[in-house]
Amino acid sequence: MKLALREMRRRPGQFVTATVILTLIALLLMFLGGLLDGLVGSSTSAIEAQRGKVIAFSSTSQSSFPSSRLTSAERTEIESVAGAGAVGGLSVTQLGARIPGNGPRDLIDVALFGYEIAPTGVPDPPAAGEAWADDSLREQGVTDGMTILLGPARSPIRVAGFVSGLQYNGQGTLWSSPETRREVQNANRPDARESDGVYQAFVVTGTEGGAADALAQQIDQATSGATESLSITAAANAQPGVEEQTSTFNQIIGVTVVIAIVVVALFFALLIVERTALYGVLKAMGARSGTIFGGVVLQAVVVTAIASIIGASISILVASVIPAGGIPFQISAVRIISSVGYLLVAAVIGCAFSLRRVLRIDPASAIGTGS
Amino acid sequence: MSMDTTTRPAGDRSTTDEPAVDLQGVRKVYTVGDDEVVALDHATLRVEHDEIVALVGPSGSGKTTLCSIAGGILSASEGTVRIGGQDITHFKEKQLSAFRRQSVGFVFQSVNLVPFLTARENLLVVDEMGKRTGRAARDRADQLLEELGLSDRRNNLPSQLSGGQRQRVAIGRSLMNDPTLVLFDEPTSALDTKLGEQVMELIRDEMHARNIAAIIVTHDERMTHYADRTAHIVDGVIGAT
Repeated sequence: MKLALREMRRRPGQFVTATVILTLIALLLMFLGGLLDGLVGSSTSAIEAQRGKVIAFSSTSQSSFPSSRLTSAERTEIESVAGAGAVGGLSVTQLGARIPGNGPRDLIDVALFGYEIAPTGVPDPPAAGEAWADDSLREQGVTDGMTILLGPARSPIRVAGFVSGLQYNGQGTLWSSPETRREVQNANRPDARESDGVYQAFVVTGTEGGAADALAQQIDQATSGATESLSITAAANAQPGVEEQTSTFNQIIGVTVVIAIVVVALFFALLIVERTALYGVLKAMGARSGTIFGGVVLQAVVVTAIASIIGASISILVASVIPAGGIPFQISAVRIISSVGYLLVAAVIGCAFSLRRVLRIDPASAIGTGS
Repeated sequence: MSMDTTTRPAGDRSTTDEPAVDLQGVRKVYTVGDDEVVALDHATLRVEHDEIVALVGPSGSGKTTLCSIAGGILSASEGTVRIGGQDITHFKEKQLSAFRRQSVGFVFQSVNLVPFLTARENLLVVDEMGKRTGRAARDRADQLLEELGLSDRRNNLPSQLSGGQRQRVAIGRSLMNDPTLVLFDEPTSALDTKLGEQVMELIRDEMHARNIAAIIVTHDERMTHYADRTAHIVDGVIGAT
C-alpha cells in the first residue's frame, strides 16, 4: 500500500488524465443530481415542508390537489382516529398574477395556498387579504408590502413578507389563511367553488413515534375509503410528473456511474499492462497478488476521492451563484455524499476488472528477460 | 569499491549440515499443444550453504528454469527440491510466495529497481511485502547501504545512479530478508567488462562474508572464476561439475 501511495506522490502526472476525467464525471453526476433535486423541489418543496406525518386526499383525486375535495364530515372522521394528533386543512389555487409595473398580459404563475397548520419555515397565517411569498417570486419583481392581483378577477393580495424554499408545480407560492384563499378561489374559479369547511386535503400530524403508513391506513379505514392517505414523501412523489422526472434522471445518473466504472477499468487496466514487469519482479520477491491489487484499488480510490472533492467544490460554488428562481439547481449534503459514494463504488468495481490481470502476472517473467 | 567484510553472523547457516540447495532428479515439462517440452531433465544440483555456483549454458538450456525452481517461482514436474533444508517440492502458490519472501533473494538481469523509489526505499520494499519490522528493517537497510558503499546515495532514485550503483542496490535488496539463497540472473550482461568484474567481485565477497549460498546464471565464461564452482547445463541436463 505504501508503494502505491508513494508512486502517486512521486509520479502524480501518471494519474492526471484519470483524475480530470473522473472530475468531469463527478461534476456531471452532482450536477444531474442537483438538477433533479431542484426540479423535484420546485414541484414538491411546498408539500415536503408540511409539518405532519400524513396528507389525506379524496380517494377519487389520484392524490392531486385540484381534483380533491374533503368536507368537515371527513375531517371529523379523521380526527377520531387514535393517534391522529392535529388535523389541518390545506388547499391550493394556481393563478396568473399581475405585478405592479408589468404589462397587462405579463403575468407570473403563482400557487396560492390556504393552510391551518404552518409548514416548516412559514409563520402562522397572516391577516385576511395578505400572504407570505416564496423567495423565488423576488426574481419576478415581487417585493415586501406589494399588492399583487390574482387571476381574472384580480383579487388583491398584499405580500406580508417572504419565506424560502417553498415551490409547487414549478411555481412560486403564496401562503395565506384558508378564508383568503377560498375567497380568491371562489372569485376566480366559479366552476370550482368551495363552501366553508371544504378543503382539498388534510394534513395530519400524528403522534411522536407513530408510523406514517399505519396512520394512513387507519385514516382511510375511518373514512370508509373516502380518503386516500399518503405519507408526506409519498404525497410529494405522487404529484404529476415527479415520478417520471425522477425515473428519467436516475437512469441518466445510472448511465453516468457505469461510464465512471468503464473509465476506471480502462485506465487501471492500462496502468497494470504498463507495470507488468514491475509487478512480476515484486511477485518474484514474494509480494502477494492481494497486496498488489490492494495498491491498485487504493490508487483508484484516491484518484476518485480527489475528483469528488473538486467536483463537489465546483457544484457548491455553482449552487451559490445561481439566483433563486433561476435554474432549479439544489445541491445538498446528501446528494454530494451519495454521488461520492457511487463514484467510490464505481472505482472499486472498475478495478475489479483488473484483478484477473494481476493474478495472471507470472513472477517467472521477471527472470531471464531483459527490459 | 570498498566494503566491510568483518561482518555479520551467519545465523544458523554456519552450523547446519543441510545444503542450501538440493535438487534431486528434477524434471520440468511444459505442454505446448500436443507436444511436451522438457525444460529440465533429471537435474541434480547441490549447493552448500556458503558456496557460489556459476550456472553456465547457452540460451534455452534450462538455466532460467532451474533458477526459477530453486527460487520457488516454479514447481517441478518431478523430483525433489529442498532449499535450506526445507522441502518445497509440493508447495502451493501461496506457500511458495511466503517462502520467497523469507528465504530467497533475487538479482534480476535488468536489475529492475522500482523507478520511483530511492535506493533506501528499494531495500525497504522487501520488508513492506511481508511482516513489517519497522525500525529493524530501516536499520538493516542503512547498514547494507553502508556496507555496499551507497550511504551517500540512499536518497537517490535509480535514474540518478550509475549502472554499477544500481546493481549494488539490487544486491542490497536481495540481502534484506537475510536469505538462505540468492539467485543472480545474468548480473553482468548489461555492464562493461571492468564494471562486470567489479560487480562479480562484490557478489563473491558479500556472499562469502555472509555465508549465503548463491547461484549465478551466466553465459559469460570469463566471469565464472569468481564462483567456487561451475555447473554446465545443456538441453536441460546438468553436466559433471
